[in-house]
Amino acid sequence: MNYRNISLFSMVFIFLIIVGFYQSWNVAFGLLNLCLLSAIMALGVNIQWGYAGLFSIGTVGFVALGGVAAVVTSMPPVEEAWRTGGPGILTALLTAAITIIVASQIWKRLASGLTRNLLMIIVLVGGFFLFRGILDPATAIIEKINPAGEGYLGGLGLPVIFSWLVGGLFAAGAAWVIGKVALGLRADYLAIATLGIAEIIIAVIKNEDWLTRGVKNVIGIPRPTAYEVDLQKSETFINNVNWIGMEVVQASSLYVKFSYGILFIIVLAIIMWLSEKALNSPWGRMMRAIRDNEEAAEAMGKDVTKRHLQVFILGSAVCGIAGAMMTSLDGLLTPQSYQPLRFTFLIWVMVIVGGSGNNWGAVLGGFLLWFFWIEVEPMGHWFLSVLTSGLPDDMPLKEHLLKSAAHMRLITMGAILLLTLRFAPKGLIPEK
Amino acid sequence: MDALHALIVLANFIIVPAIAYGSQIAIGALGITLVVGVLRFSNFAHGETMAFGTMLVILVTWWFKAIGLSIHPLPTALLALPFGILGCTAMVLLTDKFVYKFYRKTKSSPVVLVMASLGVTFIMNGLIRFIIGPGDQRFADGARFIIKAREFKEMTGLKEGLAIKVTQSITLVTAIIIVVVLFWFLNKTRTGKSMRAFSDNEDLALLSGINPERVVAITWIIVAILATVAGTLYGLDKTFKPFTYFQLLLPMFAAAVVGGLGNPVGAIVGGFVIAFSEISITYAYKKVFTYLLPSEFAPTTLVQLLSTDYKFAVSFSILVLVLLFRPTGLFKGQST
Repeated sequence: MNYRNISLFSMVFIFLIIVGFYQSWNVAFGLLNLCLLSAIMALGVNIQWGYAGLFSIGTVGFVALGGVAAVVTSMPPVEEAWRTGGPGILTALLTAAITIIVASQIWKRLASGLTRNLLMIIVLVGGFFLFRGILDPATAIIEKINPAGEGYLGGLGLPVIFSWLVGGLFAAGAAWVIGKVALGLRADYLAIATLGIAEIIIAVIKNEDWLTRGVKNVIGIPRPTAYEVDLQKSETFINNVNWIGMEVVQASSLYVKFSYGILFIIVLAIIMWLSEKALNSPWGRMMRAIRDNEEAAEAMGKDVTKRHLQVFILGSAVCGIAGAMMTSLDGLLTPQSYQPLRFTFLIWVMVIVGGSGNNWGAVLGGFLLWFFWIEVEPMGHWFLSVLTSGLPDDMPLKEHLLKSAAHMRLITMGAILLLTLRFAPKGLIPEK
Repeated sequence: MDALHALIVLANFIIVPAIAYGSQIAIGALGITLVVGVLRFSNFAHGETMAFGTMLVILVTWWFKAIGLSIHPLPTALLALPFGILGCTAMVLLTDKFVYKFYRKTKSSPVVLVMASLGVTFIMNGLIRFIIGPGDQRFADGARFIIKAREFKEMTGLKEGLAIKVTQSITLVTAIIIVVVLFWFLNKTRTGKSMRAFSDNEDLALLSGINPERVVAITWIIVAILATVAGTLYGLDKTFKPFTYFQLLLPMFAAAVVGGLGNPVGAIVGGFVIAFSEISITYAYKKVFTYLLPSEFAPTTLVQLLSTDYKFAVSFSILVLVLLFRPTGLFKGQST
């Protein structure tokens, strides 16, 4: 950390403090929490791109899997659904797993030829019909149970903190499958494959109501922190707040945001510490060697495909953890909010702008870009108001421009990405 | 008789829509495959290029409608198409000049170009939403059907109808014209031959005096034409929504990869493979089986393999299968 980097980080905090004074502290802390989450996601992408040069653009899928993990781990189980439909769902999933294992074993064990291909196709098709035959009735039963509030399996009812780990595991599992298929092929194939898998993960979350209630959203996911309502009733809290001289309602919401912030900082610090350790270890040097010259690394006896798979899984897991954290911060899972532009490309811009290959750079990019992502909208609105101030108020063009200010975001982010790529490809904090 | 009914149901719900959708995907995939062949990177902004061209077509269509210009029974958009193509070409050439040219000159790795194309995607996407908004736009006008289901029933005396939309037939006719002209251009003209030579072996092409900048510019112009045509046809057939065009990237890439990246014939075949699988796997076959099977075996469920929400999963699975078992595609394209 030199003076330049310290001043870059302090700049971000000064921005946040300015927001605190001029907008409100509530907004500032809300921003800070999402900055922290963005920083974690950026670290995940940095592990894939910065360390190993893997071009994976499926971040949104892994983040969404983290969100599912939050629901599946922490929501109270819907007992009736488990009793009536649970066995069916579990059998169906087991059938699917067995089908895939048998098919892949056929592919591996038998000699190549028509028999093998036919046998594999028969197993896959038969397995698929069996899977649907068991799954469909079970989901129909589950979705009928109290559809307004439940209609899904619910979760395991564990503390929500566990789900952060589970989110990482979910994402890692998905990454293992996709990595097995797409790594080792040319770089663009990984990009296309990850783009596709992310699209499918989102489609599953939107449509499999028995798992996530689909577009009906899951609300009221338990929190790892206190609730405002409880705080406002607690004697000690009111006394303390009065002692500082703040308003109780505002203080309670600040307190909740603050405790989330502490938790997020702890997670970020752990991931950051591990990332730095990894990057500066022999493993990290090997990764960079592979990234810079695959052929040479392979000639030195490094198993490039295996290392790629490893680093791809690690990076995805970090994104999954951040996804679970984000869902527990929101307290709800809204499948429609998982937009690739917001969760994949924005994170990528963060890494590129911050400095790919440098963990501090990724964190800085996460903070800075999230801040701009939020603040560009009011800025764009202001900019357009100034631009159109000479026009009469009832002019359709002016109305249209002011209404479209929200889309300034995309243009700004695209421009930032292109300018950084062109003029400062190493980012704000370059790799050492 | 029942077999004939079943066949008509299939034609109405699978074959006709899949031919139209397949042509749209094929023209889109041709654009992607040309960029891979000549410029050697996967252009993630292709969906956005399509949307941009289509947006221009829609704007001009509105203007034509306002001044009362129309070519009834054909949709006005066909008249606006050349203007959309011109605008889109200008846009694409400008992005090449300001974005891609630099990386081409510095011989950057393809990944950097792909990333730059993501930046372009962002900006174009923002521009499109800024100008026309993120919502649905329906701009097909003129006659809607060539044959309506009811007319078909009256004409043939069958119980099932076959409807063919005007947009579907326009799609097919346009696609055939585009493909014929493109292949004539690539195989018979001097410029087309120089493009193929450049795609096959850049160094040899440069040695034989081919001007790379000219080849690149012509490629972009063709890509803009293909993108605008594909986008307009898709928008006429369904509706125009910016996000849908971004999502079309997956089936289009799948089509290009299935056919072999860089191989134009492959892209067309790939487009139809993807379209037919997508539609036939997500179609509910209840009616077909009701006709084919004796009444006591008639299905009670929809007999739908996958819900239509998972149509991406279909193109994705095909993509993965091809990558696993034949990475160069069905026709020989650029390999790993």
